[in-house]
Amino acid sequence: MLDFHALDGKIPLAEVRYGTVVVGAGTAGIAAALAAAKAGGTVLLVDENPVPGGLMGTDVPLFYGGRMTAAVQNSGRMVEQLFASNPGLEAAFDAGIDVRLGTIAWGLYRNGPAFRTMPEAQLGLADSERVWMVGYDRLVLATGARDVVLGFAGWDQPGVMGAQAFHALLTRYDALASRRVLILGSGTLACETALLAISRGIEVAGLVEVQATPQVPREMVSQLCAAGIPIHTGCTIAATTSGIDGIEQVVLRCGGADMAIACDTICLALAVQPATELLEAAGVSPGAADITLVGDCAGPAPDMAVIAAWSQALGRLAPPDTIVCQCEAVTRADLTGIQPPNYLDRPPAIAARSLATLAADGPAHPDQIKRLTRAGMGQCQGRRCRTQVACLLADATGVPIGQIPVASFRAPVRPIPLRLLADWQESTAMAEGWDVWFGIPTQWTPYADIGTPREAEIVANGGNMHV
Amino acid sequence: MSDFPTGASVVVIGAGVTGLSAAWWLARSGVDVVVIDKFIVGWEASGRNGGGASHYQSPLFAEEQRLWPQMDELLGYPTEYRRERIIIQRDKALLDHYLAVGRMCSAMGYRVDPLDAQQAQAMVPLTDETCLGGVHLRFGGHANPQRTVQAYAWALQDLGGRIFQHTPALSIETKGGRAVAVHTQRGRIACDALVVAAGPQSGMLLAPVGIDFPVASARAEMIVTEPAPLMAIGGVDGNGLYGRQTLRGNLAFGGGPHEWIGMAADGPAARPTSPLIRNLARRVAEMFPRAAHLNVIRSWAGVIENTPDGRPIFDRRENVTMATMSGVGFGLSPASGHAIRDLVVDGVCSFTDLSKLGLNRFADLPDDWREQRGWAA
Repeated sequence: MLDFHALDGKIPLAEVRYGTVVVGAGTAGIAAALAAAKAGGTVLLVDENPVPGGLMGTDVPLFYGGRMTAAVQNSGRMVEQLFASNPGLEAAFDAGIDVRLGTIAWGLYRNGPAFRTMPEAQLGLADSERVWMVGYDRLVLATGARDVVLGFAGWDQPGVMGAQAFHALLTRYDALASRRVLILGSGTLACETALLAISRGIEVAGLVEVQATPQVPREMVSQLCAAGIPIHTGCTIAATTSGIDGIEQVVLRCGGADMAIACDTICLALAVQPATELLEAAGVSPGAADITLVGDCAGPAPDMAVIAAWSQALGRLAPPDTIVCQCEAVTRADLTGIQPPNYLDRPPAIAARSLATLAADGPAHPDQIKRLTRAGMGQCQGRRCRTQVACLLADATGVPIGQIPVASFRAPVRPIPLRLLADWQESTAMAEGWDVWFGIPTQWTPYADIGTPREAEIVANGGNMHV
Repeated sequence: MSDFPTGASVVVIGAGVTGLSAAWWLARSGVDVVVIDKFIVGWEASGRNGGGASHYQSPLFAEEQRLWPQMDELLGYPTEYRRERIIIQRDKALLDHYLAVGRMCSAMGYRVDPLDAQQAQAMVPLTDETCLGGVHLRFGGHANPQRTVQAYAWALQDLGGRIFQHTPALSIETKGGRAVAVHTQRGRIACDALVVAAGPQSGMLLAPVGIDFPVASARAEMIVTEPAPLMAIGGVDGNGLYGRQTLRGNLAFGGGPHEWIGMAADGPAARPTSPLIRNLARRVAEMFPRAAHLNVIRSWAGVIENTPDGRPIFDRRENVTMATMSGVGFGLSPASGHAIRDLVVDGVCSFTDLSKLGLNRFADLPDDWREQRGWAA
């Protein structure tokens, strides 16, 4: 016996199937695709670049901080630019690989615990025209890494961005609108970012390090010194000044002294996080037999001690009205006070509640904070504030940052318009078996009618009665 | 966290919306109450649902309707409750069906106004000329499930009630047919009375003490968009969907097929979403063509327990009161907690008849009832 209203048998096979699907056409992804093509079998290589300018404006998928030139609005030019900056793409075409640019992988669906209704493992894809599902024998994720983002006064202004986005706009798109950048961090990522900037004619105002000493090997420090780039150690951000085009000046606090530095860009180059949200949203462990991770997405988790040190240093000088979640305009004070959004009343009783009281009720989960404050509930899908929320929760509760669970990822892992995501050709079984709730005909009988002659009549008409 | 208790007058197993409301009502009566939960308050279906509060079929409905407009004040925390609902349709048969449901509600004393196409389109600015009409429920409403669950929990604490999260109930200790304690990994809590409102876990907790509490668990899914301009009445659904526009403007909707799943004492093995996201997106785009350009930014799944007839269970055996709302619990929660409080304290519900919702209706239920319905995991 099958429940007519259950999902079993209603999800169709994917419209197309490949031997290997590779997500991400960076160096590692192209190498994996070429190897798969050489071994025989069909190969699909997708890459979300060029990302539409509008999405870039909301920092999806990287923290662009509004520092794109107008060139990103021209998708034709961006495609040309991608080919010019990534010769491997042409090699992939030549090898007979089905290469799809501007194509997002937004969801991974695969039978597993408490999930048996997929007819096969499928990956959800989207470009600017349509959404479709693909089946695969082997999935290779080469989705790279994204920046760890922390906030400070003014970080919500244009010009504050992440190093991954900085690199992407410079090397992939040639569309970075920065003239003078101050770089946060003094590790390898920060130094590489500084040297890249110099090589592209962007002035580097310096590196900032909260620790007393630079975090890179001596030879890299000497390279920076040779280039005349100062490293401000033992410093944090006390304030920023912004104008109509965003950041104009940063005030560093170094020991007791303040130092003003003019710049139009502040680049967060503290750490990167492997971009494995497709797996996390699907609840799939990286060890799954049919899935391989290559490149930066297979890299190690960031050093949370480094992140915690930065978070605390920046947090000490961040005023309570500093934004944590840009999408939902949640401030540090709102977050630590677990206050409701400002379109709701804040009754007196809620003043007694805070992250600390929440944690006193048992180990707190960042998803609780999402529910209460809305931090992380907006269009950037928590990319900008997820780490900050975890750090603030750790600080407020005394729980080591490494023990704080990560706020959950959900499909679609990129925003996708309803009309594109919609399945306009759904299966007959899906359409016919659809009920607004469970389709249990006895569920909606008015209580007074239960056990009366009217009951049978209502039950006979009993589906789709949820109001 | 306060010290783990060795006893309480009433122990409530389950910090979902039903258990928390029951505990809050008990605390309002001055009862010393402890709530334990396997994880975090409202983490399962109570915090993952559509937020609807319009369940005309329930004997608890009148009390629910009386209470919702007062809940923010009674609890002391915001629930985002808003009155009334609109159901629109773009399919003639579904529209006729809901007009009939509306007439039935009106006959029960819950006023429903039919809406022609023009009226419906005017009241629901995100729809367009494909909307054929609908019904305007002059009763009911909707609230934010997550905020409401937390409000119950905080209000309970403000009255002296205690909640212990991350504390699954391992077993119920009985003596002479009465529950005398609940065992957890953190210790034994003695009780004078017990409330089992553990959702999918209720059956497995009650079976060892000889009570057959038939429930089967299934997963259902919802999606949410980025904010749309606020509609005057945000409780709009239809086209095979249930849900609401949040006060922030997001469109949050669910509906459609579910998957029956196995259940463990510590919860479902996973709460995956499926490509059903596309079928939900289609129905939201059809219902709100003027919002079809909006981005979907999340989807999620919740796990719901269902009784064989889809109706709630309210019953008391000796000093054990047990309840499930069978998948329709959030909106009715102000009243379900009141009913449970009455059963615990007085042995009978003071404001409505619940006699048709007892366990005795399942006395002849065959062992394979899940298989017979296709509800087996």
